[in-house]
Amino acid sequence: MTTLTDPPAESFKLSMLVYDTRYRSYTFQILALIGVLLLFGWLTLNTLRNLADLGKVISFDFLGAPAGYDINQRLIEYDNQDTHLRAAFVGLLNTLLVAFLGCITATVVGVVVGVLRLSGNWLVARLMTVYVEMFRNVPVLMWIILAMAIMIESLPAPSAFRGDDPEATMKLFDSVAFTNRGVYVPEPLFSRGLGDLSIGGAFDISLDLIAIVLLLIGSIWVSRRIGRNADAVQESTGLRPRTWPKQLAVIVLPTVILLVVLGFHLGYPELKGFNFQGGTHMRNSLIALWLALSLYTAAFIAEIVRAGILAISKGQTEAASALGLRSNRIMSLVILPQALRVIIPPLISQYLNLTKNSSLAIAVGYMDITGTLMGITLNQTGRELETVLLGMLIYLLISLAISAVMNVYNNSVKLVER
Amino acid sequence: MSNTHADTVLFVRDTMLPQQVPPSSTVGPVGWARQNLFSGWLNTVLTVLSFLFVVFLLYRLVPWFVSPTWDGTSLSNCREILDGHEGACWGVIRDRWQQLLFGFYPSDLYWRPVLTLVLLFVAIAPVLFADYVPSKLLYFSVAFPFVMVWLLWGGTIWMPIMAAAGFGIGYGVFQAVSKVLNAGIALFFGVVIAVAWWVVLAAPVANGIASVLPLAIEPVQSREFGGFMLSITIGVTAIGCSLPIGIVLALGRRSDLPLVKFLCVGFIEFIRGVPLITLLFVASTLLNIFLPPGTNFDIILRVMIMVTLFASAYMAEVIRGGLAALPKGQYEAADALGLDYWKAQRLIIMPQALKISIPGIVSTFIGVFKDTTLVSIISMFDPLGLSNAIRADTDWNGIYWELFIFIGAVFFIFCFSMSRYSMYLERKLQTGHH
Repeated sequence: MTTLTDPPAESFKLSMLVYDTRYRSYTFQILALIGVLLLFGWLTLNTLRNLADLGKVISFDFLGAPAGYDINQRLIEYDNQDTHLRAAFVGLLNTLLVAFLGCITATVVGVVVGVLRLSGNWLVARLMTVYVEMFRNVPVLMWIILAMAIMIESLPAPSAFRGDDPEATMKLFDSVAFTNRGVYVPEPLFSRGLGDLSIGGAFDISLDLIAIVLLLIGSIWVSRRIGRNADAVQESTGLRPRTWPKQLAVIVLPTVILLVVLGFHLGYPELKGFNFQGGTHMRNSLIALWLALSLYTAAFIAEIVRAGILAISKGQTEAASALGLRSNRIMSLVILPQALRVIIPPLISQYLNLTKNSSLAIAVGYMDITGTLMGITLNQTGRELETVLLGMLIYLLISLAISAVMNVYNNSVKLVER
Repeated sequence: MSNTHADTVLFVRDTMLPQQVPPSSTVGPVGWARQNLFSGWLNTVLTVLSFLFVVFLLYRLVPWFVSPTWDGTSLSNCREILDGHEGACWGVIRDRWQQLLFGFYPSDLYWRPVLTLVLLFVAIAPVLFADYVPSKLLYFSVAFPFVMVWLLWGGTIWMPIMAAAGFGIGYGVFQAVSKVLNAGIALFFGVVIAVAWWVVLAAPVANGIASVLPLAIEPVQSREFGGFMLSITIGVTAIGCSLPIGIVLALGRRSDLPLVKFLCVGFIEFIRGVPLITLLFVASTLLNIFLPPGTNFDIILRVMIMVTLFASAYMAEVIRGGLAALPKGQYEAADALGLDYWKAQRLIIMPQALKISIPGIVSTFIGVFKDTTLVSIISMFDPLGLSNAIRADTDWNGIYWELFIFIGAVFFIFCFSMSRYSMYLERKLQTGHH
């Protein structure tokens, strides 16, 4: 006969903090916390002492002071009497502009190259391999500087366009001028425009642009409604009514009518004096950065697309062709929708990389957030701590925003599993 | 019965015909071309267009490349030699190749970076080609970082030896304490003693020995570093240090301890969310503010620290992917064998997880090596920084293709061979059945 008794309750000993697994994790976490706090405390203390030695106080007042420098490429009104804050905002918009342009171009080029690299055509596949390996294995900064050098050194100066028998001529029916000071393209003008909408007296947004965008969103919504109705008809009768003329008309006609009402016309660049006047002037720093970033990122996107397509098993292609689908329908209806799920997560990180790489703009003098806030503002005010930390925070927010948006999209195309 | 048919049929073939050769349009070069180049109207158009493109490119490029300007002394001199023809001006490479490779390193000491590079290959050989190289060489790999520092920066040999001694002392303390106490505490003591050695004792001891026995070579200042030597030095250091730090961060991110996990996630996401150039700004302007007043250490060291931190965050994510891809059964099997956390990681988990992450690790390495060019923005003279300086020179003002082709080709050779090596390693370590 045995009696079961609880073992005598152990009294707590100090060594249990280390040897008893119940307490050990707390011990280590508290030690780690103390260590990290000590480290941060030490860094903060050092910073305060150093700043005191330099006679500086951490303050963001400089953001309200006049910047005193010009920014040649800008999306909103700015002159050198505006504040550092507004200069930083102009820089932020420039970062977003080049990131947006770059992502779109890189995606288009990358998808085309990725698909062509898998083509059965030996020569085309080899050419695409050369392109991908060439761009992937050389630093992006070199491509940016090279693109800038080509723009500056090989394109004609505006003066070459002058005279009866000029050395250089404008391309595309006399509408675009490629010069070593940048590219001049026609600008959209409205003779009966609606004017500008001023937000808080700080920013002006063209009402014409807002009207066109709103109209386009409305048209696309209507055209999708037409598509859904066609789906419903197909479900019930088995016959799909022809929808594309209606959809096209819904999108094109209202836009054209609005453009005519607003008096839309193009303002062409013209050579006046030493330089071109009129039209939109895209600085060659913007063009070089845009081209280099998109071609570089496109090489990575091409590899992602190729891997995504290869990840779809061959049985899918064979099953689709057994159903009698043609090869382009197989690609668009069977392979790409499945490949998209593999492609999107790494694609997001390429977009993030492109946005972060756009900070290399400083190498070619494109005034993005690095060039304004962490460049000239830093040098003029000498507030390296505030500017660099603020710049890092802005980039962190941009990265988080892009990954949040793309994750929402990723969830919408993700395979719904049971 | 069997003859019935034979009587009614006039002719029955009773021998096999010899095999015919396939139609000439499906074999040989013609068949290959029909299959791979002209298998439809779209493919034919693509082939013709790309062929024309290649021919046009070669037609323009070959004469440009074979241009007799190797001895040109300036761009205008090259133009005189070319006499109106299109052509490259290779004189700039001949004039400046040493600068592009070594920066402003004293030219009579070029043997030191070259020897370091050779020793680098010796040191990584037992890691890269473990099957063909005696594993004793690993001792040299361990010693290599100190040899590298001594050869590149020069000065007395006792400083790197004392730095190495710090690791030895730390390890000795760890071993001694872990016999009596828990491994975590032993590690803590080991690290504290080693840091104390480096901060307090290493320099006086090294100076003391050096004053008696000065085994010194000519010192070289950091500002004389440049060119590919600088890129490789920063790149190799960042690559070497980021792998262990990345492993620790990845384990921390998967840890059960919420605080450790939080710290690791915060660090990784912060570093991955900002561009490297902002971290380099921190290195060049802020790091001195964060450290005790009067500290002023080398800009190359500061850049190395920042590039290493940057690379470790990316490395941690790659290794975390490898850890996540490992089947759960492996973790459970390791637990079932009664292995503790560190033994399980070392013997079961890490070898497999690292194998899975090889492609990602190598592309991180390639990325880090390419990103070392960013130091040109904080005015260090890496190849791109030098190219700007050369293009600003009056002799070579207006030159760009030749320089960038040279720099690009060197980068290409390094990065391309790294990616090929990772493919080889993947094939070699492939143990699954496919």
